[in-house]
Amino acid sequence: MRENDKDNIIEISFPVKSGDFVAAGDASSKTKQLLKQIGIDPAIIRRASIACYEAEINLVIHSMGGTLVLLITPVEIIIRTEDIGPGIADIDLAMKEGYTTASDSSRELGFGAGMGLPNMQRCADNVEIVSKLGSGTVLTITIKTGA
Amino acid sequence: MEKYYHSVTLDQDKCMGCTNCIKRCPTEAIRVREGKAVIINERCIDCGECILICPYHAKVAVTDPLSKIQPFRYKIALPAPALYGQFKDIKDINKILSSLLEIGFDEVFEVARAAEYVSNFIKETLEADGLSKPLISSACPAVVRLIQVRFPELLNNIARVESPMEIAAQLARSEFMEKHNVSSDEIGVFFITPCAAKMTSIKNPIGNEKSNVNGAISILEIYSLIIDKIKVNKPRNLQQASRTGIKWAVSNGESSSLGIENYLAVDGIHNVIRVLEEIENNKLNKLDFLEALCCTGGCVGGPLTFENNYVANNRIKRLIKEVDTSPVSLENTGLVKDKVNWKLQKSIMKKSVLKLDQSISSAIKKMKEMDRIYDSLPGLDCGSCGSPSCRTLAEDIVRGVASEMDCVFKLRERVKSLAEEMIEISDKLPTSRKGDNNNDT
Repeated sequence: MRENDKDNIIEISFPVKSGDFVAAGDASSKTKQLLKQIGIDPAIIRRASIACYEAEINLVIHSMGGTLVLLITPVEIIIRTEDIGPGIADIDLAMKEGYTTASDSSRELGFGAGMGLPNMQRCADNVEIVSKLGSGTVLTITIKTGA
Repeated sequence: MEKYYHSVTLDQDKCMGCTNCIKRCPTEAIRVREGKAVIINERCIDCGECILICPYHAKVAVTDPLSKIQPFRYKIALPAPALYGQFKDIKDINKILSSLLEIGFDEVFEVARAAEYVSNFIKETLEADGLSKPLISSACPAVVRLIQVRFPELLNNIARVESPMEIAAQLARSEFMEKHNVSSDEIGVFFITPCAAKMTSIKNPIGNEKSNVNGAISILEIYSLIIDKIKVNKPRNLQQASRTGIKWAVSNGESSSLGIENYLAVDGIHNVIRVLEEIENNKLNKLDFLEALCCTGGCVGGPLTFENNYVANNRIKRLIKEVDTSPVSLENTGLVKDKVNWKLQKSIMKKSVLKLDQSISSAIKKMKEMDRIYDSLPGLDCGSCGSPSCRTLAEDIVRGVASEMDCVFKLRERVKSLAEEMIEISDKLPTSRKGDNNNDT
């Protein structure tokens, strides 16, 4: 799963299926475990865990499926999700607290409170969203390791 | 360098080298080496899971023998409320408490009573500003150590409040000193414990320099002595704790004493881990309080108890129906606050035992190596190598404490390829012999 050739960079990709609440959270659990073994500062791990979990859950709830790619270098943790659609119509609106397009069934499970992206932004050093309605979204979260 | 003391230890002679304990350990702190289990000190949290699972009773909790109380002129027993649920057909807690006086103690101070003060301290803490939510109870030492090892980012959430045992010890000692006008060093204060982790906390306190308790005696150790007394004794009026405090023996007891609704009470270490993972993901950020107890059912499920935890829970429920003492008042709590150290004095430090290397860069390299090894392992998590899973074996190899040939499947592969090589070599004849008939078969 690790394709990166540089020996001090880890790159792992986790496929995430739309609507798959059974496996939801697996990628973030593994990410946390890795970060702890690498010895990242606990406070940074906490931020990365929250951001990673939100990003993963977003794929499950809002996307038609995609991949979560985790890239760890000595200086930064990059969590990137790429999905195959449906794309975000208005990114500024999506970043607003409380705004949601989640289905009723997701909301019944306690998801879709419209806090995902704002939470991510609070935890990350940088969040970048590139999206096209009808094609897909690439979300890139960067968190500095402090090293 | 911190010195590790653990109550949980191995009885070498009884250990069969099976894999039950390595698989159950919540911090992956056990390996089997040379046919015997080995506990990795830095990782062990003294939860006692291995004691409960070991079919050969090779995992033991070291506690103090009852004779340890003898050197002290005055001996005080601090019974954990879990003790109350251990005896059949007992309707009066005083019978249990009185029996402690009959086996050699001079005074009894119920930890349940101290728990009532702790409930009030927690209530006060919950009202403070700027609290990391949820506030996590500090009552279970195994859970606190679990957080140190596996969830260091949640250390700030732990309530900086002393345990009922420590509060009880301080109060028992000072009350006895005042009443009898004796000095502190003449008094020995002993916890009657359902749990190994408390023993460790007495020797190696978390959040404090020194414990106020002199030792811990396991419920199992004095169980038969109490049974003998309890049958015949005339109860003295010693019981002071109310229902509120006694309920701390079972899961949800602490939470229900706080008068709050937005809480979770979780018991069983593997359940606790799942909830802590949810907190890590910020899924429970609206929660006010988490009561997390390592043992199933709460302290009544401790590895040093005799009775099944469900039975004990039921008994405690029935026992407290008869209790009509009122809980400690807020006024009284205020007075006690001035008398004892109720806050943890030291910060609770993380234990970085999971990381693969001091430098992030080298750790990443090791992680990649670990991953390469893991991919080559069969992924059965059989435990035959002595590590709990293929992933941990890969980790142990990277850390230099195991080798790939510890895997029986890898070994078989190697033997097979060696055998094939040997056949290949045996087919090769020196040129001088080429053309000879092979008559060996």
